[in-house]
Amino acid sequence: MEAIIAIAIGVLFGAGTWLILRPRTFQVITGLLLMSYGVNLFIFVMGRLWIDRAPITGPGIDPTQVADPLPQALVLTAIVIGFATTALYLVMMIGARGLTGTDHVDGEESES
Amino acid sequence: MNALAWTQHLIVLPILLPLLAGAVLIPIHETRHALKFGINLASTLGVVALAVTLLVLVDTDHWPSGIGVYLAANWAAPFGIALMVDRLAALMLLMTALIGLAAVLFSMQRWSRIGVHYHSLFQFLLAGLNGAFLTNDLFNLFVFFEVMLAASYGLVLHGYNVRRIRAGMQYIVINLVASFLFLIGVALIYASTGTLNLADLGLRVADLAPDQLPFLKMGITILALAFLIKCAMWPLGFWLPGIYSSASPAVAAMLVLMTKVGVYAVLRLWTTVFSPETGIADGFGMEALLIGGLLTIGFGAVGMLASEDGGRMAAYGAIVSSGTLLAVIGFGDARLLTVGLYYLLGSTLATSAFMLVIEMVERIRSPAAALLAVTMEAFAIEDKPEEPVGVGIPGTLAFLGLAFAGCALIISGMPPLSGFVAKFGMFHAMLQMTPQSGSVPVFAWVAMALLVLSGLAAIIALMRFGVRTFWAQGNVTPPRLTVSEALPVAGLLMACVALTALTTPTLEYLSRTVDGLSRPAEQAARVLGEVPVRRPEVPR
Repeated sequence: MEAIIAIAIGVLFGAGTWLILRPRTFQVITGLLLMSYGVNLFIFVMGRLWIDRAPITGPGIDPTQVADPLPQALVLTAIVIGFATTALYLVMMIGARGLTGTDHVDGEESES
Repeated sequence: MNALAWTQHLIVLPILLPLLAGAVLIPIHETRHALKFGINLASTLGVVALAVTLLVLVDTDHWPSGIGVYLAANWAAPFGIALMVDRLAALMLLMTALIGLAAVLFSMQRWSRIGVHYHSLFQFLLAGLNGAFLTNDLFNLFVFFEVMLAASYGLVLHGYNVRRIRAGMQYIVINLVASFLFLIGVALIYASTGTLNLADLGLRVADLAPDQLPFLKMGITILALAFLIKCAMWPLGFWLPGIYSSASPAVAAMLVLMTKVGVYAVLRLWTTVFSPETGIADGFGMEALLIGGLLTIGFGAVGMLASEDGGRMAAYGAIVSSGTLLAVIGFGDARLLTVGLYYLLGSTLATSAFMLVIEMVERIRSPAAALLAVTMEAFAIEDKPEEPVGVGIPGTLAFLGLAFAGCALIISGMPPLSGFVAKFGMFHAMLQMTPQSGSVPVFAWVAMALLVLSGLAAIIALMRFGVRTFWAQGNVTPPRLTVSEALPVAGLLMACVALTALTTPTLEYLSRTVDGLSRPAEQAARVLGEVPVRRPEVPR
């Protein structure tokens, strides 16, 4: 299971990295989204992989029998923040398209 | 202890006050400029007052070891989020508040009116900055970084034109990627040590299992990359000049401050985690910081010489200042760090003031005239001097010239202002650094040479700009300046003058600051030892 998750994160991150280096804003934003999925998955996995265990503890429960709740809380926060900033970038993208008339990241088409 | 002393609450107020003020400002209609400006100013003044109070409290034995701790939501550290104010944090708060105040005043007449929600965004930026300085939790630091960045995205775009959009697109993407790096770093640190509280992290590093150490180092390296992107270390800082020169001036002054947040975070991380007290990981990555810092100084100096536009010049000035600080941190010498912090204060205040001055200077420097001056210089055309017009130097021009000269003196490190004192002090400390062999290390010589050269580059670049603007333009019509625009610049420069006049007490304070930083165990004891407030007995 570790290998599958690791490969999934790697593929997401690699694809994201390639996409944010592309010249069109749509490719960049897709790349950012993929990277943020990769990162979120990565944070989630950093609490170790558990199957079928609740992340909640209480009095009288053996702490080794529950999943680590902290990465799950962190990942929620990261998702919310990533979502907001991506939405902001989307607005920018539309604004730039309207003002410059092109979707190139430099705001102008390259000469070639 | 059943209730918190009132002074405890002061620690969280620098975050809450701007956050609330920003929220209150949103529903107020844009046409009511005076009211919006008034709330913004009042809140910023409040933050100044809070910063001064905190500075006095941490320096007068009010709290043990000069560290105040606030447990957010009353959760004991390291489980909850602890806010910590020590001498360094209080100092950064004060500097932020002062530059914030200047920026607010400066933007009153023109810049706050060219777009919507300027005042709210400004307050959110302040809240994010203050939070980043106060928090003692890595993930919370991420949250405050995002608050700060989100506000800065809005502010950079404030007054939406094509130039700002182009610059903003790149700025946002770079910072989003930096945020991802930040998250990966935080996750790796949590995976290897099981804590995100900085003070606790410092303690746990000492007895970390050897097989976990590579993960921690990897985590901290990735985390540091995110910070170094913020403080524009070469080769991560190519984004900076474009953004800084295209943002509106009041915003650019705040952006200068944001590079220093990166420096602050690096300093905080390194002094807590990789101090001599923690043992095994001592001195990790210091050389990278040192060499990176030196390269950054060189890059900034070359960039300064190459720029025609005042905004870009100021941006490269900020890069040089970041590079110097990173190199100072990389040396890991207490005395040098003390003077380095002094340099941080002076250079940040001056660069921010410079951002504001530049915009006023640009008003006399119409683009066509500037282009003509460059061409004439290139082709060595002698221009017939114009007949002297008017009586003496007009008031505004004299003010602009003086302000420009003041900023230039500090940025290039010439006497008599604080820039010179700081550079002289740094040379002095570097020459006294004798780690083992008794000779001054090679890097110290390189650093000194680079500092001198960057100073020279700054003088040449600024003088060229100044001569072209003030003298070579012939008949200059003095621009219209309002008091609200001149006052903040004068204020920031007076703060630099005061810094120079009060060098001894400032350096004494800074040496206490560095002394506190060099004892992370004491810090950890304060943060982890803070007792939550007991739940009041509820009568049944």
